[in-house]
This record gives sequence, C-alpha cells and structure tokens, in this order.
Amino acid sequence: MTILTIARLTIAEAIRRRIVLVLIGLTLVSVALTALGVERLVSLARANGTNDLQVQVGVSQVLILVAFMFSFVLAMTAAVLGAPAIAADLESGVAAAMLARPIRRAELVLGRWLGLAGLVVAYAAASGLLEIAAVDAVSGSAPPYPFLAVGYLAAQAIVLLTLAIALSTRLPAIASGAICVVLFGLAWMAGVFAGIGAFLGAGPLVGAAEATRWLLPTDVLWRGTVYGLEPSLIGLVAGQRVGAAANANPFYATAPPPTALMAWSAVWIALVLGLAVWSFSRRDL
Amino acid sequence: MAIISTDGLAKRYGRVQAVADLSMRVGAGEVFGFLGPNGAGKTTVVKMLLGLTRPTGGRAAVLGAPIGDRITRREIGYLPELFRYQPWLKAREVLELHARLIGSSSAPSGTEIDRGLGEVGLADRADDAVGTFSKGMQQRLGLAVALLGAPRLIVLDEPTSALDPSGRADVRAIVAAVRDRGATVFLNSHLLTEVERVCDRIAIVDGGRVLASGTLDELLGGDVVRLRVTELPPEAQAELAEFGPVTTAADGWLSIAGVPPDRQPDVVAFVVRRGGRVHAVDGGRRSLEDRYLELIRRSHS
Repeated sequence: MTILTIARLTIAEAIRRRIVLVLIGLTLVSVALTALGVERLVSLARANGTNDLQVQVGVSQVLILVAFMFSFVLAMTAAVLGAPAIAADLESGVAAAMLARPIRRAELVLGRWLGLAGLVVAYAAASGLLEIAAVDAVSGSAPPYPFLAVGYLAAQAIVLLTLAIALSTRLPAIASGAICVVLFGLAWMAGVFAGIGAFLGAGPLVGAAEATRWLLPTDVLWRGTVYGLEPSLIGLVAGQRVGAAANANPFYATAPPPTALMAWSAVWIALVLGLAVWSFSRRDL
Repeated sequence: MAIISTDGLAKRYGRVQAVADLSMRVGAGEVFGFLGPNGAGKTTVVKMLLGLTRPTGGRAAVLGAPIGDRITRREIGYLPELFRYQPWLKAREVLELHARLIGSSSAPSGTEIDRGLGEVGLADRADDAVGTFSKGMQQRLGLAVALLGAPRLIVLDEPTSALDPSGRADVRAIVAAVRDRGATVFLNSHLLTEVERVCDRIAIVDGGRVLASGTLDELLGGDVVRLRVTELPPEAQAELAEFGPVTTAADGWLSIAGVPPDRQPDVVAFVVRRGGRVHAVDGGRRSLEDRYLELIRRSHS
C-alpha cells in the first residue's frame, strides 16, 4: 500500500538523517537535568521542614512548567518536520520522479503525515512519560493522569504537524514553519485572553479569543495537558482564592477541555489534512 | 497506434503562455526527439504528458488514455530534467522504492534492479548512498529509475545534461536498446547532435508550438551536394538544374538539392567538363543545426 510505503520512507529518512538520534539525545539530557533540579528542590524543601503536601504541590507546578517547555519543543519539532514534508521534495525535484509513478498525490500527503505523526507521537510518549517517571522517582509525586497529559501533548503536536504539512503543499518550507510558530504563539495567547475576558466580562474579547481557539485548537489541548498534570487539590485552593480569574492562567486547569472543543480538534485535523490533499492535488508541479 | 497524441495542447501560467496549440503524434516504437531552445515549453509539455501539470487548453492522450491517467503511468518511465533522488538512500534502495511505487504484479524484482544498475554502469555503486554520487552518476541512476519495469514509453528530459562524452555514448546505446525491444522513447533535448544521432522522428518547437516535424529526411529535405566552384560559365550553371534545384550562396558555394551520394561524382565531373574549377565538395545533406536555426530565426522574426 502506497501510503504505508511513503510513511516507512519518512520514518527511515528521520532515522538515517539522525533526527531520531538527536531527539533521543536531547530528551535524555533534558530529563536528566530536570530530574536533577527537582531532586535538589525537593531535598532543600524537606531540609527546611516543608511538609509532603506542599512538596507535592510544588513538584506538580514544576512539572507543568517543564511540560510547557516540552510542549513548545514538541510543537516546534512538529512544525520543523512538517514544514518541509512536501515543499522540500518539490524544491529538490525528488517529488517529480515519485509522482510520475502510478500513485495518487493524496497518498504522498497522507503517507508523509502518517510517518511524521508516528514519529511525533512516539517522541511525545517516550519523552513525556520518561520525564514524569523521572520526577516521580526523585520526588515521590506523580500527576493524576500522566497518560492523558501526554496524549493531549501529542495531539497538540499533531495539530501543528497537520497545519505545517497543509501549508507545505503550497509554500516554501521556511514560510510554512514560520507561520506555524506564529500561529501557535497566537493561539496560546488567545487562551489567556479568553480567560481574562471572561473574568472581566469583556464579551468581544472573549469572542475573538474563542474564535482563535477554534481556528487553531492547540491551546485547548494544552489545557488538557495541564489538567492531566494538576493535582485536584490545586483547583480547590485556586478556585476558592481567585475564582474565575484562575481560568486566565495558562498553567491552571481543574477540568478537562470541553467535549465539543475536543471533538472539534479531531475534526479540525481531518479537515486540514483533507485541505492539504486537495491543495496538493490541484497544484502544478 | 499513437503512443502520444496531442491536439491543440496549451498551458498558460498567469500572463505567460508556456505552450500554445501544440499538436503532434508519436508512434509506437519510435525514438522521438523533441527539440527546442531554452524556454520553448519543452519541459512543460513533458510534465503535462505525465500528469504533473494540468493543461489549460487542448487535449492529449498517452498510451491510449487521457493524460494524467494514474494506471497508465505504470507503463511510463521518466527521467526528470531536475533529477534528484533521496540522497540518504542507497542507489539500490531508490530503485526498490520506485519498484514499490510502480506496484502491481509488474513490479520489478531484485534481479531486475541489479540488472538495471548494471545497464547504466552503477553496479559497483549499488550500495552507496546517492548523496555521495556525482551529478553524472545521479543522472545515470535517474536513467535506471526511468527504465525500471520495462515501460512501454520512456520520457527522457535532457538525459545527458550532466554526462561526459562516454556517458552520452552510453545513453545513446541504451536508447537504441530500448527501441530494439519495441518501447517508445520521447527524448526532450536541445542537443542537436544527440537528437540527430538517435531519433527516428523529430519535432522542433518554439514558443510552445511545433515549428516542423518529421523524419530527418523530411526535415532536411534529403541529400544535398555543395560545391565551391569558380570559372563555371553561367549557361553551364543553369544546366546543373538537371541534377536538382540549384541555389547559389554569396560565398561562392553552389548547393544542388536532391542529389543522392552515388550521383554526386557525376555533378563534379559535369562541372569540370564545362570548364569549372572545383575547390571543395561537401556531399553531406544540410545539417540539422542549419535547419533548426533557420526555423527558430523565422519563428522569432
């Protein structure tokens, strides 16, 4: 099946070009450094008489910050891998020889997507779970839903990967990558503004911010990651202290993302992938 | 049956008319030369024939199916003008990939892949990464990719652009071997000598139109004998018309068209008998280059 042939080719390319090796190396270094940091913080806190509950809350917040850093790295990885997925083959001429074969253009796009999505999910799962396990090992505290958190992280990266591939069918790799990075930042900010707007009762601000979250549902999935990492205790405390304002905090979530938005994220991926196929099928090479 | 037929094929990119009203036929088993200057629309035509670019006008069929038909592409081999293959794959793996993309039961086996690499002179580099290949070697690999699976039609877009003289000779031999097994070759080139040596029929294109097409004889008007003569009386010069149409050039050369090689000594003997002094004789026919330049200049004027 051609889609699987292209997917395998994509994965083989990532391995041969040492992209996988670099990702594994960077993951091991960052997990080791963050575990060391958490271990030092926990040791110091315990030495100063901080109780276990406070340590657990502290570690959960550190883990969310690490997850935020990691979500950014993962999103950038997805954009960097997706942006040249089609464009680079077109620019180099590799695509012309392949597309003169009896294959559909859709098969090239879907095969590329499948291969890269496999890589991104494997990277997110391996790195995310390794990080959570390492922090648990040095601090004794684990998040409530580690698999859910990692799943949301991976889904967020898939959203960006899909966008990058769709842009890559028409734009040069560098332009597609830049657009993905900017939109990712904007979507994150939109999440913050939606929360602030809701607290202040600023309808138009909420509307604009909500619209952005629907246009690119990365922030929705990020909130899912936070939910998976946040101990329920935090929600209770924060909710009592600041109420609705807490929703503006991008590192705070006591409930999973709304089902409608979650379903929309899946539909969004399918739609944008369909758009990528349509756009590439109509393009002159 | 026509392997390729186009009828008023056209392609416009915004305000640029790359191909305009292109009509031609390529018959089965022919080596067809598609000649034209840079920017004549040759590569655009090739891409339209392969379904990589969509025409904005006209009709075309390849191997009996409308252009762009996916299944028909199983029987077409293509060497692009910009020949690039995954630099991180080994030469053998590039062919294995294309064998998988051809799909179906006609997909070539490992033995065929080895034979293909041997045919283009890459047998000893089969397990080296393409990224380590010179341009010439990559073009040879491209040729092996195009020949994979014994396609009925092979489209070669400037197949010798990166090759040295011995590489060009190899390509000529390969094209001849392909014709011998009954396949059709569509050779896109601006190298006149290349086309003159291997092609059965030629189309000369410019501005996206066919200026002339036919066999070499049809294009060049058959045999011509050219003589540089002095002291030939005018009445004798007029009598030369018995051999064929005579044209006189300003540099003193007389050209007599339609004189086959075995009659050419008779022409020389006639001139000498009538008191003419023969300084040089060129028994060849008009060169393709002369005809090509004449057509291109006329098209631009």
